[in-house]
Amino acid sequence: MSESGDIWVYLSASPLLHLSLTLSAFVVASALYNRLRRSPLLNPVLLSVVAIVALLHLTDTDYDRYFDGAKFVHFLLGPATVALAVPLYRQFERVRKSALAILVSLVCGSLTAAVSAISLAWLLGAHPVSIVSLAPKSVTAPVAMGISEQLGGLPSLTAVLVILTGIVGAMLGPAVLKLLCIEDPAAQGMAMGTASHGIGTARALQLGELAGAFAGLAMGLNALATALLLPLLWRLMF
Amino acid sequence: MLEYLTLILLCQLAGEIFVTRLQAPLPGPVVGMLLLFLFLLFRGSVPEALGRLSAGLLNHLSLLFVPAGVGVMVHFELLGDDFWPLATALVLSTLVTIAVTALVMAALNRTGSAKPLAGKVRDE
Repeated sequence: MSESGDIWVYLSASPLLHLSLTLSAFVVASALYNRLRRSPLLNPVLLSVVAIVALLHLTDTDYDRYFDGAKFVHFLLGPATVALAVPLYRQFERVRKSALAILVSLVCGSLTAAVSAISLAWLLGAHPVSIVSLAPKSVTAPVAMGISEQLGGLPSLTAVLVILTGIVGAMLGPAVLKLLCIEDPAAQGMAMGTASHGIGTARALQLGELAGAFAGLAMGLNALATALLLPLLWRLMF
Repeated sequence: MLEYLTLILLCQLAGEIFVTRLQAPLPGPVVGMLLLFLFLLFRGSVPEALGRLSAGLLNHLSLLFVPAGVGVMVHFELLGDDFWPLATALVLSTLVTIAVTALVMAALNRTGSAKPLAGKVRDE
């Protein structure tokens, strides 16, 4: 093999290549998103995921190899979630004043997420295993996978559906909020965090720190609420 | 900065241990968030370096979901025969959930002071 070929082999075995790929794809996607007036269809997460998947297909790279590099980015999800305590603390005055509203809207949102997902999937003729796997879709992935397993679903399918829910919420959520003339950042944050967990929270942070604080809180609370309510609801419905 | 990065990691670690030990239906990092929040409440203010660190992590929160997102596309075939029912239910349910939660919260919150405050994280 030629010398440049050797370098390629060496690079593709090191985490650097796929780490760079992940960052480059996101930087380009974000630039495109900002350039094209932040059209929701150009959501940077979706765009970079599609670009990376296409490239992995073209170069015949499997996901494990890609993840060897990308895991460094993935790892930061945990610390970033912990860091959500900072906006939450800064906005705590507002959060405390809205405690009751938070609780009521959380329960409404959590039940709406589960009931609407279950009944729509059932009406459209999905298999029972798929329906259970979809039910916890609005909850952050590790908890959703646990709930799915407990109710007899497929945790790996749930993980896929959870991420898709996050992307859909981040893409279309702000449009729904605009359509309904929701200008209260607390309501925007609660909605994004309850319906689409971390990815929705990331999008809410872009709307402002107050929306981000409520979204992070809603994400955590909805994990708890769904874990408690969904098994009861499931027994009630089936 | 380093001491706060350590603090964040320790909060997450404590959260993971707590969740595993008690088999609590919460992710470790969420419990870690609660612990860091309690630390801030106890301290009474956000140390400047911690503020910078958290802004650094949170300004690009979306990026951190890209590796998981790529995993989704690779496992897309798991949706199988149920692709259309699942996709339709997922999109509609997500939109309805956002609408319901936002409407309830906005209606109940109106009684309080609902003046939007200016956020300060990038974008918009």
